[in-house]
Amino acid sequence: MATGPARKGLLVATFSTLLVAGAVAYTVGSSPAWPEVQKAFFDGRYFSTSLPAVAEAFTINVRLFIIAELLILPIGLLIALARSITAPALTPLRIFATAYVDFFRGVPSILIIYVLGFGVPALQLDGVPKEPFFWALVTLVLIYSAYVSEVYRAGIESIHPSQERAARALGLTRVQALRHVVIPQAMRRVIPPLLNDFIGLQKDTALVSILGVVETFKQAQILKAASFNFTPLMTTALIFLIITIPMTRLVDHLAAKDRSAQLGGTR
Amino acid sequence: MAARARTHAPVLELKGLTKRYNGRPVLDRISLSLAEHEVVCLIGASGSGKSTLLRCADLLEPLDAGSIRLNGGRVAYEDRDVDATRRKLGIVFQGFNLFPHLTVVENVALAPRVALGLAPAAAVRRAKELLKSLGLAEKAHEYPDRLSGGQQQRVAIARALATEPKVLLLDEITSALDPVLVAEVLETLRSLAASGMTMLIATHEMAFAADVADRICYLEGGRLVEEGTPRRIFGAPRDARTREFLRRVRSISGGRRAPGR
Ligand SMILES: Nc1ncnc2c1ncn2[C@@H]1O[C@H](COP(=O)(O)OP(=O)(O)OP(=O)(O)O)[C@@H](O)[C@H]1O
Ligand SMILES: [Mg+2]
Repeated sequence: MATGPARKGLLVATFSTLLVAGAVAYTVGSSPAWPEVQKAFFDGRYFSTSLPAVAEAFTINVRLFIIAELLILPIGLLIALARSITAPALTPLRIFATAYVDFFRGVPSILIIYVLGFGVPALQLDGVPKEPFFWALVTLVLIYSAYVSEVYRAGIESIHPSQERAARALGLTRVQALRHVVIPQAMRRVIPPLLNDFIGLQKDTALVSILGVVETFKQAQILKAASFNFTPLMTTALIFLIITIPMTRLVDHLAAKDRSAQLGGTR
Repeated sequence: MAARARTHAPVLELKGLTKRYNGRPVLDRISLSLAEHEVVCLIGASGSGKSTLLRCADLLEPLDAGSIRLNGGRVAYEDRDVDATRRKLGIVFQGFNLFPHLTVVENVALAPRVALGLAPAAAVRRAKELLKSLGLAEKAHEYPDRLSGGQQQRVAIARALATEPKVLLLDEITSALDPVLVAEVLETLRSLAASGMTMLIATHEMAFAADVADRICYLEGGRLVEEGTPRRIFGAPRDARTREFLRRVRSISGGRRAPGR
């Protein structure tokens, strides 16, 4: 199908890619310690023995990020709306929402997981669950709701004020204008950055291993400790890539579509 | 039309409207009232405050001074029930400002459904009737970006009429259109005027203003300089500033579209 110049471009691209990959492989492979490193990290035997356990533990990660994402979608939107409230009576809510977002975006995730995951159960409050999975979920939801609320907010602010004004002029209240005019338009624009944040969330499910949740990374560490070989960690990495790469491609695809729609003059 | 207008009570009464942006008055004590079925055209140079006057009259912006009465009752931007008041005032903006994520019929049915609380089927029925009366029946299920400028403008008019407003405010709704489309939209407005709609129209189309208006108001620098019947304003303007404005308009349009000669 490819026409002349396109085929030539493809050839050049393939050739240059192979050249670079070959050069990297040669550099790494010819290093004096490569045989040992290869044995420690990329041992086929350890790969196949670790795969079932690591893959099974990955279902915990999947459960974690799916439940978290379902919670984050509405919570992030509520925080974004709280931040865009202008009514003077509700100023405290706006200040709280702003402080919340600043805090959870500003502190390293791992610290928040430590403090919440170990600190709150240690208070031994009645009725507060102690399961690590629960606290892993709570911390991820808290952290990523802050990020996602910013994505929503940017989306809402990207809709021209004339749209809200037109809705208000028709007699819609501010809430009705947001609900029927602003948010539906913002939603289309926020999908790519939202998925980006979810890719980050999916990777960060590995962080909750520090709370003792035996998810895939923790499982790999256990196997590594037992065998003195790092290959199980590579198995985990591979599983993460299988999930995140298609999503990354999807984000790129959606973003490109969005751009061309905008260039096409869609208002 | 002028004779008919005088016999009715005012629907919309603007008194001493003053609006400042950054301390600079953009509207300066403007008083103007519209009788039922009256069509008033605002003319004036760019920046004279026509759009601002319409936005203030539609309670979309707070005033710095002055008052607005609708059917005799005082209304204001600050009112708790300002949304209900806005439903009685329709406005069509200079840009189209249609909702791009909704089809034509959804654009028109939105306010009846959401703001008036009509059942969805009833809202759609009303929207379709309006679209039909504006010659847009076949376009009901298109998205706005698939329509021509004139069609979009008529959708905006249908949308503004969907809450059955007492007064329709129109802001230079022809400025973005080519002459053929202008004729199309002006025809729509003429038939609206003939049907007895009360309208306040900001326009640069002097011939149209002369044709459709019961009364012309000339604005300059946020002041209402002169008002009167089209015949008098275009034929024998009293204020030197009005004369100068009309002279400039006529020299630009070469007298082609400017009436009163
Ligand atoms: N939101 C705003 N903030 C500051 N200044 C404004 C604002 N809106 C309008 N103005 C100013 O108020 C003046 C009147 O503007 P307005 O849009 O009402 O004029 P207009 O008569 O409608 O002009 P045109 O014929 O070009 O549409 C202008 O000087 C404009 O710059
Ligand atoms: Mg204007």
